[in-house]
Amino acid sequence: MALQGDLQDFTVTQLLNLVNLANKSGALLIQGPNEGARLIFRQGRLAYAQLANEAAAAQGSLPEVLHRAEHINDAQLNTLRRRAVGMSDKELGLLLINAGYVTQTEILESLQAYYVSIIQQLFTWVEGRFKFDARQDVPQNKIPVRIALEDLIIDGSRQMAEWDQLSVEIPNLDMALTFTDRPGVNLKKVNLNVEEWRVVSYINPKNSIRQIAKASKMNDLEIRRIVYGLLQAGLVRLVRPEGAPTRLDGLQSAFPGAKKPEQKALITRLIERIRSI
Amino acid sequence: MLTVKMVVTGPFNAGKTEFIKTVSEIDVVSTERKISNPEERVKETTTVAMDFGRITVDESLVLYLFGTPGQKRFDFMWEILSEGMLGFIVMVDSTRPETFREARGILAAFRAFSPTPYVVAASKQDLKDAWELGDMRAALRLEDEVKILPCISTDKESVKNILLELLGSILTELEG
Repeated sequence: MALQGDLQDFTVTQLLNLVNLANKSGALLIQGPNEGARLIFRQGRLAYAQLANEAAAAQGSLPEVLHRAEHINDAQLNTLRRRAVGMSDKELGLLLINAGYVTQTEILESLQAYYVSIIQQLFTWVEGRFKFDARQDVPQNKIPVRIALEDLIIDGSRQMAEWDQLSVEIPNLDMALTFTDRPGVNLKKVNLNVEEWRVVSYINPKNSIRQIAKASKMNDLEIRRIVYGLLQAGLVRLVRPEGAPTRLDGLQSAFPGAKKPEQKALITRLIERIRSI
Repeated sequence: MLTVKMVVTGPFNAGKTEFIKTVSEIDVVSTERKISNPEERVKETTTVAMDFGRITVDESLVLYLFGTPGQKRFDFMWEILSEGMLGFIVMVDSTRPETFREARGILAAFRAFSPTPYVVAASKQDLKDAWELGDMRAALRLEDEVKILPCISTDKESVKNILLELLGSILTELEG
């Protein structure tokens, strides 16, 4: 039977563990809610990783990877973008090594770091489907690497534990956030990073956490992590989004059809009864 | 006959079943099972579906009390139980700060399910290790307007007080 299933039943970390223990070769294809990924393994080691969407795939080209790793500068990147069209990563890598731009080690380390970053993104995917295809190998035009999975599995397990904790703390992303009115707290004096500032800029009782995540292009784990930090620091608190049903609306559903005076009379009767117990 | 309901929720072993038993006029319909997970074996049994108690006002009005399952793997029941409730009580074991985080999550989930009034019952306040209410308020990150009340689930007056405080909040909401 083909190795395939749902990420809710089998996490990415568990899949990596399976590939590692069974020394598997082939492609693990993962389709999340918004994008897909392809991981290629050779004898239980990661050889190649790619996100399916076009923009992400472009970020995975060798010049882009080397530029992000600061092995080539902006001008060199632009030159390569123009001249290396149609050239495979293997050909381009050889050309760059022979030209003295980079060493073989720098190429391999940059690719490894990029592939590891893709795996780390996958750890935050908790919904989606997976399928293992033993017939697929690294594309001919790409440079394979060899990354042992043990460290990645440990890292993934940590992230899953963090996910579990954050899911308990912030179980519902449909809640909104509002700033607390704590005396003496000046947000400008708090040391926030760029991502946290981005989230802070959207904090408003009208915006649900889910909407903030979408606007900030963050996944569920990333937004929960930031919101948790802000909650822990006492800067914000969870509130129901504006426009959501009020408590009175909630009470209406408890007394279907009853008008307010009748509702009050019913509550008074309940109070009297409980006092008499 | 009109039936209304309140939900008693909170982490595992907070005293929810006992709370309902103390005031229910019928034997609580409890779905308790022996605990299989050794880590959670701080008591012999746990509620797996729900507890169900009843207080009859008269022939035309009955209050049902529903207790939610304490273990997280049964949290799919929460939304079903919260539908159409008058309000809810979040019970938190004052002697087990390790459950406060879970209590915060449960509170957030119920607030999202249904915007009805609620109170927090700090249970086991008669035990010497019990946290003080002010400390619990801070640990649970409760706003000033949220009521946190001392509770001993086996004591009728204490349980009545929690129910009356919640009904008082509901009445205030209706009068507001």
